[in-house]
Amino acid sequence: MSLNTADVKRIAHLARIEISESEAETTLHKLSGILGLIEQMQAVDTAGITPMSHSQDVTQRLREDVVTKTNQREEFQKIAPAVENGLYLVPKVIE
Amino acid sequence: MINSSLKQLGAMLAGKQISSVELTQEFLKRIDLHNADINAYITVDAEKSLAQAAAADRRIAEGKAEALTGIPVAQKDIFVARGWRTTCGSRMLENFIGPYDADIIERFDAAGAVNLGKTNMDEFAMGSSNETSYYGAVKNPWDRTRVPGGSSGGSAAAVAARLCAAATGTDTGGSIRQPASLCGLSGLKPTYGLVSRYGMIAFASSLDQAGPMAKSCEDMALMMNVMTGFDERDSTSLQREREDYTRGLQQFEGREKPLAGLRVGLPKEYFAEGLDASVAKVVQQAIDEYRKLGAEIVDISLPNTQLSIPVYYVLAPAEASSNLSRYDGVRYGHRAAQYDDLMDMYCKTRAEGFGAEVKRRILIGTYVLSAGYYDAYYLKAQQIRRLIAEDFARAFRQCDIILGPTAPSTAFRAGEKADDPVAMYLQDIYTIAVNLAGLPGMSIPAGFAEVDGKQLPVGLQVIGNYFDEARMLNAGHAYQQVTDWHQRMPEGI
Repeated sequence: MSLNTADVKRIAHLARIEISESEAETTLHKLSGILGLIEQMQAVDTAGITPMSHSQDVTQRLREDVVTKTNQREEFQKIAPAVENGLYLVPKVIE
Repeated sequence: MINSSLKQLGAMLAGKQISSVELTQEFLKRIDLHNADINAYITVDAEKSLAQAAAADRRIAEGKAEALTGIPVAQKDIFVARGWRTTCGSRMLENFIGPYDADIIERFDAAGAVNLGKTNMDEFAMGSSNETSYYGAVKNPWDRTRVPGGSSGGSAAAVAARLCAAATGTDTGGSIRQPASLCGLSGLKPTYGLVSRYGMIAFASSLDQAGPMAKSCEDMALMMNVMTGFDERDSTSLQREREDYTRGLQQFEGREKPLAGLRVGLPKEYFAEGLDASVAKVVQQAIDEYRKLGAEIVDISLPNTQLSIPVYYVLAPAEASSNLSRYDGVRYGHRAAQYDDLMDMYCKTRAEGFGAEVKRRILIGTYVLSAGYYDAYYLKAQQIRRLIAEDFARAFRQCDIILGPTAPSTAFRAGEKADDPVAMYLQDIYTIAVNLAGLPGMSIPAGFAEVDGKQLPVGLQVIGNYFDEARMLNAGHAYQQVTDWHQRMPEGI
């Protein structure tokens, strides 16, 4: 599971982060150190152990299917990078 | 006055010796004087704070004051507050003005507390030294060439330099306790689920928990009364009876052996290789003090302690990579100025908006969650997480609370570990397991170690069983009745 710079660039693309060739080099070095740390886990036999996601045995709550939020579009769009007529603007995606 | 407890400040406000406006002005003046150097605050808004203080004064005059009414509290810049810039220490949110209030902001507002400003932090709470903040590093008030710890380093420095009466923090792997230890104050990470995560900018959702950072256990008990409680907007919030965390404090005052009957566990793994001798000595003295107060000391073992770091550096980055996918430059936050198409906009926006450590963690998280690796990493980590939680469950059959060091060393020099992520991650060796298990943990001042001619604070970590915060605070309060470490202040503030 040792990584190379092509792997780093592929992961960066999956994460939607632009990365230059030289950044990929330095990142590779640091990521390899962290993955080396993580590798210690593989020595543990975990057969049959139930994975733990929450310390308390809780289940998702259900609520009545009723409207609880009011429309705050203007409030939320005040902090948007680009809006027009109440819509968020992004580069054209459909020709 | 700057060293007064919250209870004393409350009494001064009630007795009209001082108004909330005067108290707030005093702290704002101190921030003006010291923040340029210490950099504990990212945003201060005197007008907003003073308006809240004036409202608090009216409430006090009407006789409707609660314990924290009129008291200036600093908020970590991870809590969204309406009308306040909320950056989370990131360039990504440089211009983000909160359009709503986090649950804990609502709770402090309802209690009549004054929001004194937003404190500096490691970017998206990822760091143990406060050096990853886009808004500059924070200095440790005890030695300004050293780090305050992190990620709640701004809150820690603000409390230590008495630039607020108390502050809030968040703790995903030690981010309240480690800076509290390095800056000589008290900080508590509650049981996971006690404090709502609504409006607290998410890092690793299954571990993140907010808590108080203050001068003493008594102050923290008062803050816990405000901060805890069920919130239906957080799906992991726990529905429990309301608790008064101050209820037991008094019975520990003025008694010969107040901790008689309390079984204190010492995990042998927390005193093994890797712990600085100077820290070990101070922690040992604190344990002796607990023994003198009547506690019974028991040796225990938490055999999977070493595994907590690898497990954490799978789970936390995995959850972070998912949580931080929301920063896409579309609805809020930074957007790159120039780009070709939508994909390019995402990639450039995120490359510019995130700092190096945040990017590293997103990449690790993306990698361990990518196709074919889920079982080997995320699932495996969750399985070992259960083993770690079971270690604690076994330990708590032998003891009531666990004592040990909070961090392996005193505050290290700025820049010392900044380029070595793995060395930085080892700072959290004693704190991370507590988050993985979802248990409450706190750090309280235990004394000082001399390093290069300077006296640097050392924290004692107290770990409790689920929902046992009151017992931890009571025992800490008993300790703070016979010691004065928590009242010491750095020079030059």
